[in-house]
Amino acid sequence: MTDVSQARKQSSPSASEGFDLAKLLLEGRAFFALIVIIVVFSILSPYYLSVANFLTMASHVAIFGILAVGMLLVILNGGIDLSVGSTLGLAGVVAGFLMQGVTLTWLGIVLYPPVWVVAVIACLLGAAVGLINGVLIARFKVPAFVATLGVMYMARGLALLMTSGLTYNNLGGKPELGNTGFDALGFNRLFGVPTGVVVLAVIALIGSIVLNRTAFGRWLYASGGNERAAELSGVPVKTVQISVYVLSGICAAIAGLILSSQLTSAGPTAGTTYELTAIAAVVIGGAALTGGRGNIRGTLLGAFVIGFLSDGLVIIGISSYWQTVFTGAVIVLAVLLNAVQYRRRSKLSASTGGQPTSQKRGKAETANPAQGKTAR
Amino acid sequence: MKAASGTEPATGEAVLSARNIVMSYGGVHALKGVNFDIHRGKVTTLFGENGAGKSTLMKILSGVVTPTSGDIVLDGNLVSFSSSSDARDRGISIIHQELSLAPNLSVRDNIFMGRELRTRTGLDFAEESRQARALMADLEEDIDPMTLVEDLRLGQQQIVEIARALSVDSRILIMDEPTSALSATEVEVLFKVIRDLTSRGVSIVYISHHLEEALQITDYAVVLRDGAITATAEAKDIDLEWIVRNMVGENFDLGSPPTGHAFGGVALSIEDVSVVDTSGSGYSVVDHLSLDVRAGEIVCIYGLMGAGRTELLEAIAGRVPMAGGRALLEGEDVSALSIAQRIARGLVLVPEDRQRDGLVQTMTVGRNLSLASIEAFARGLFLSRSRERELVEDSIRKVTVKTAGGNAMIGSLSGGNQQKVVIGKMLTTNPKVILLDEPSRGIDVGAKAEVFRLLSERAAQGLAVVFSTSEVNECLSIAHRIVVMRRGRISAEFGANATKEQIMAASGEAVVA
Repeated sequence: MTDVSQARKQSSPSASEGFDLAKLLLEGRAFFALIVIIVVFSILSPYYLSVANFLTMASHVAIFGILAVGMLLVILNGGIDLSVGSTLGLAGVVAGFLMQGVTLTWLGIVLYPPVWVVAVIACLLGAAVGLINGVLIARFKVPAFVATLGVMYMARGLALLMTSGLTYNNLGGKPELGNTGFDALGFNRLFGVPTGVVVLAVIALIGSIVLNRTAFGRWLYASGGNERAAELSGVPVKTVQISVYVLSGICAAIAGLILSSQLTSAGPTAGTTYELTAIAAVVIGGAALTGGRGNIRGTLLGAFVIGFLSDGLVIIGISSYWQTVFTGAVIVLAVLLNAVQYRRRSKLSASTGGQPTSQKRGKAETANPAQGKTAR
Repeated sequence: MKAASGTEPATGEAVLSARNIVMSYGGVHALKGVNFDIHRGKVTTLFGENGAGKSTLMKILSGVVTPTSGDIVLDGNLVSFSSSSDARDRGISIIHQELSLAPNLSVRDNIFMGRELRTRTGLDFAEESRQARALMADLEEDIDPMTLVEDLRLGQQQIVEIARALSVDSRILIMDEPTSALSATEVEVLFKVIRDLTSRGVSIVYISHHLEEALQITDYAVVLRDGAITATAEAKDIDLEWIVRNMVGENFDLGSPPTGHAFGGVALSIEDVSVVDTSGSGYSVVDHLSLDVRAGEIVCIYGLMGAGRTELLEAIAGRVPMAGGRALLEGEDVSALSIAQRIARGLVLVPEDRQRDGLVQTMTVGRNLSLASIEAFARGLFLSRSRERELVEDSIRKVTVKTAGGNAMIGSLSGGNQQKVVIGKMLTTNPKVILLDEPSRGIDVGAKAEVFRLLSERAAQGLAVVFSTSEVNECLSIAHRIVVMRRGRISAEFGANATKEQIMAASGEAVVA
């Protein structure tokens, strides 16, 4: 009855009292981590803090960043997409294959599609892979982990089959065939900024608008936060679920195009384990693996933290084995802090008005699977 | 407060007592200073409506939760239980209302879960099997200990749950609705077991909605209402009427049916609807049920747990498929439509479990409120923030949600206000028919009254309201018509002037002469 206002009065001071700095550090942790990384490596290496190096590092980040934006959508929905690394590789190989010219033997001609057609076909391929994931998960109720694991193997296998394990090195095209310009996808620079970074910025912007300003974004947050409640509120949860995998597939294909353009070659093993890096970026960015929590800004910061950290370790000459250990440690730390943040939040809500049932069944309570595993 | 009827029991001294127990969840007081005695070697039954605090009290006595304040006295000594296994080690065990079995394990493994018998090299499966078989024999149930629990029907699962509690040789056994899924013969066997236990000095606490059944077995009756004990008596001194009177009380006025407006045409028509149990038993939880509701009318569906109320409402809303029959909204068949399409046409459901089905805990109050009416503030491809804010503020005002504002997290609200958000979310879609499944569950009396007032107001404006409840008082508040459901069928229909006894009799809860 009247206890409501009392409860709120009690809770609000305790939430703000003395925790300000801790709260700020906790919520902005990815941002502070990035600053710490930049400061530390700038001290350790004279080459780190320069525009040229930052642009180079940013072009590395672009690949993970684009994958991570797609992954964020999937994770917001409460799913996971393990197939993005393979999709990236497959899209690159298909693009490389198309750049070599498509021989239509029964017509006796060789087709050389222009680069934009190649890019569109690669993206459609990524969408198709995502559609398979989405349909398996939404319609046939296959757990996302298993469905995308299977598709991950299939896509990788197809890429290897197409090239017999070899790499397409000639992506340049020929002016007389009208298919030049593949290097514009990632190798070239636009006003000094690598194309990949520009593409990442555009995708992040679109993603941010979609998440914050469209009905689809609202549906995504709602169905990731509580699918049953969303469904009963009229949210087309299945459509949303399929869409996020399609979008993730498209992001992977775009990343594949950019990577093969950057490397000026398309290999069937490109992007191996990138899906894990993308997941790590999303997690470092503060998203909850159970869905409903997370945003583009955090995910981008997460991608930059990973990218700037591993490049920094390379620059100061630390062995790649140690790099792996450091990256892993950062991920563990991030998950630990996520658990702290969400536990604090759920405690807060439980103490200010939770019902007996909310403790057992509320999504907030079980917001993070990592919470249970890492809490002790 | 205690011993209202003045019969302080002389025999069977208290083995376990609750002294002045207070339990608060945030601002909600589930228990307000309760004194409760469990008598040695006797059956003590705790009566009370849903939400009266029975289960909370039992969870405190069995160490599952710690009370906000108050003492627990065991054999004259002050104790506090650190966990349910702590309480179990002191001889107190509980059979929970919700089954807590692992369906993927065998009966034997479930019975010994967490306290497996060991040999020097591993587990003593042979001894476990032998004991499990003996327990099943005691309960006269022909279940092989190696059967997987998921292969048992619900009643048998409940037997396993009971067997598990019996297997620990407790001195005090708490049974929270142990018979809800049992057949009449199984209940008789259980009662035989209970008598056998009490003759051996075991103390039993019994909770049941089947009042008559409970009266058969109990030695003492204690009635709990709104978190406080209202009456205590020995079973031989009381009858059903006494229980009902003390349970229901003459409590808070929840309003009366709105008058002064004429009903419109038939808004919702349910024709011959059947719903089959989802667990695959093939048994109809809703059995060829028909019902018409007119615009402006408030219909209450009363029934015990398992009567099929939830399934009926979910089938109408499109959440679960109908096995037969159809639902018409203003004459249009909506049976084949999706939930979203039904909402768009004006048929909405406020689900029973607001935490699981009603709220998105990761979102704010405002976003929860606007979730079902996103189209209303979409401007082309994008959402209009200003229009959303208007909609949310309007909604908060109309359903009187006490909140710091639309940007507060939903978890910061009390249960009653969370419920108002769920109702407000659906009302914001401007429905023609609103279905509410136990809208008063887990909210305090004040919030309950506000929810009902809100529904009467909307009914006066032409909204058709159907709500389900398991509290008789609520039927007799704002409903124009009371429909009693029993085993998937309508067992009786009453006008607003029905009596509590009539309604409870029709539900199978109590047959008062």
